[in-house]
Amino acid sequence: MDLGSISPTLLIASIMISATPILLAAIGEMVVEKSGVLNLGVEGMMITGAVVGFAVAVSTGSPGLGFLAAAAAAAMLSLSFGILTQFFLSNQVATGLGLTLVGLGLSALIGKPYEGMKSPTLPKLDLGPLSDLPVLGRMLFSHDLMVYCSLAMVAAVWAFLKYTRAGLILRAVGESHDSAHALGYRVVRIRLLAIFFGGACAGLGGAYLSLVRVPQWTEGMTAGAGWIALAIVVFASWRAGRVLVGAYLFGGVTVLQLNLQAAGANVPVALLSASPYLITILVLVIISARGAHGAPASLGRAFHASN
Amino acid sequence: MIALEKRPQPSRLWSVTTPIVAVVLTMLSGGLMFAALGIDPAAAIRTIFWDPLFNEQFAGFTRPQLLVKAGPLILIAIGLSVGFRAGIWNIGAEGQYIMGAICGAGAGLALYPSDSALIYPVMLVAGALGGWAWAMIPAILKTRFGTNEILVSLMLVYVAENVLAAAASGFLRNPEGRGFPGSRNFRDWPNAYNPELIDGTGMHFGVVAAFVAVIGAYVLMTRHIQGYHIRLAGEAPRAARFAGVSATRMVLFCLGMSGLLAGLAGLFEVTGPAGQLNIDFNSGYGFTAIIVAFLGRLHPVGILLAGLLMALTYIGGELAQLMLGVPGASIQLFQGMLLFFLLGVDMLTNFRIRIGKREVA
Repeated sequence: MDLGSISPTLLIASIMISATPILLAAIGEMVVEKSGVLNLGVEGMMITGAVVGFAVAVSTGSPGLGFLAAAAAAAMLSLSFGILTQFFLSNQVATGLGLTLVGLGLSALIGKPYEGMKSPTLPKLDLGPLSDLPVLGRMLFSHDLMVYCSLAMVAAVWAFLKYTRAGLILRAVGESHDSAHALGYRVVRIRLLAIFFGGACAGLGGAYLSLVRVPQWTEGMTAGAGWIALAIVVFASWRAGRVLVGAYLFGGVTVLQLNLQAAGANVPVALLSASPYLITILVLVIISARGAHGAPASLGRAFHASN
Repeated sequence: MIALEKRPQPSRLWSVTTPIVAVVLTMLSGGLMFAALGIDPAAAIRTIFWDPLFNEQFAGFTRPQLLVKAGPLILIAIGLSVGFRAGIWNIGAEGQYIMGAICGAGAGLALYPSDSALIYPVMLVAGALGGWAWAMIPAILKTRFGTNEILVSLMLVYVAENVLAAAASGFLRNPEGRGFPGSRNFRDWPNAYNPELIDGTGMHFGVVAAFVAVIGAYVLMTRHIQGYHIRLAGEAPRAARFAGVSATRMVLFCLGMSGLLAGLAGLFEVTGPAGQLNIDFNSGYGFTAIIVAFLGRLHPVGILLAGLLMALTYIGGELAQLMLGVPGASIQLFQGMLLFFLLGVDMLTNFRIRIGKREVA
């Protein structure tokens, strides 16, 4: 095994890339859960975003349009979840699972003709002198636009929830939908907006996978990334800053195990490939054992105005 | 103005009717989907739901397939439904199914080439224990540390898939297989093979086990105190706690039960229809079983019917791929839509739709 072949600079740069899809999906899901809705369909929305983004980028030659289309498609899909859970009061766990199954089927159907193609990918952003910094430049300032967008999104969500009135209302709806309703807030409408936003974020995350991280389409390529995004929200105890930490930690594990595989580490490949999932479980255990709860009180409960 | 009004009691009529309404809606929107793909919708629906059962040309081959596919679905879904009733969400049945197959097949292969009649029973026990042990991981983590069983059981599916890859290409690989991945073929080893019991029916031990599970679950849920506790825990968790129902034991029982049944299903599949342990021996039964459990309204008899229906969509789907060139993925989408519609129309069971002005209370 040759650990010397792993360059720390490149490692950190690739961690940022590998974490971005999960970060986008997780920050969206956090907003959804803050409004009191548990949407387990992240995986389905992500993979739909991945395939739609890829298809649009290939046909138009523009990755930007691909990202837009991915966000729109996943958001529309999330709306079906929203309508079922908010108007038809269906069980959120079951509906979220259904959304994932629908998304996986839909994406395989749409993606069939695109297998084996290469997509146009996002150019690296030229940050002028910053990119030319010796080590930091390659580590932090040599990325594409979406990496910075995802970071900005975390900051925006944090500020929105902490400092704006709308963010306060969103949190109120998530903590106690009955009280929020009594105060005159439109619980269903607010939740639908949150679900819509979560869907768009998951779509962007999926598109980042198929357009930048892997640049091609293969069936089932999200491979549980959506579920890991859900785990990261728990890990983060529903705080934006910690979502960032969680996503980057997970990105780190993913990249490191790939690097170790490439370096021929003396560990079975199956164990290395399974390590991101095992570590996610481990982290969930540590977080839950500490009893660090921050879950919105109404999370996963259906709301009906007459009750 | 259309408003929903909560029924004092869930409607019996609607709880039986909604699955049928959901199937009809799925057929209609599925028809639209096929039309959009440029396939005659009527022909597609007929090929999926009618031809496997009644077409003289195919039915001889496809009818036995119905039980072959339905067996594992019913077996897994019965286990899942018990947990779902109690509000315990085991989403990782696919992983337990894989681990059951690996442990059961491994126990058998360790005894190769013995021709003792005890081999299959040993494999059965090993398979059931494998699935059970895999389900105990989320169960124990939940009861000891309060981790979310949905996420943990699901993560373990991906771990199980990696173990399967390692088993098929490594420690359980057929030493006489010239380096190809995959274990020995159980078809060539009568004492470890799960054969068709009655020629031309598709009935094998796994199907028998599925029927036994249906009856067992029915008795458990309606006649046994544990079944009452399970329902109580799901519908009124606080009342269950006051009644002395231990939440810890409930989690261990429900997850253990579903893991055991999923593990058995995996063993029956790998020693029967699949024939050998290979990377792609599993066909997503663990996930489809979730749809089956809900479509069957978490009721054993309902699950039996739902399993048969879902098996029909698999077989009909394959037939439609062959005859009409319907893409395979559209069947998966079809199954997902079925769950979606079911959840949507399910509202009618618990709510009444009132059209007109809302009365002032």
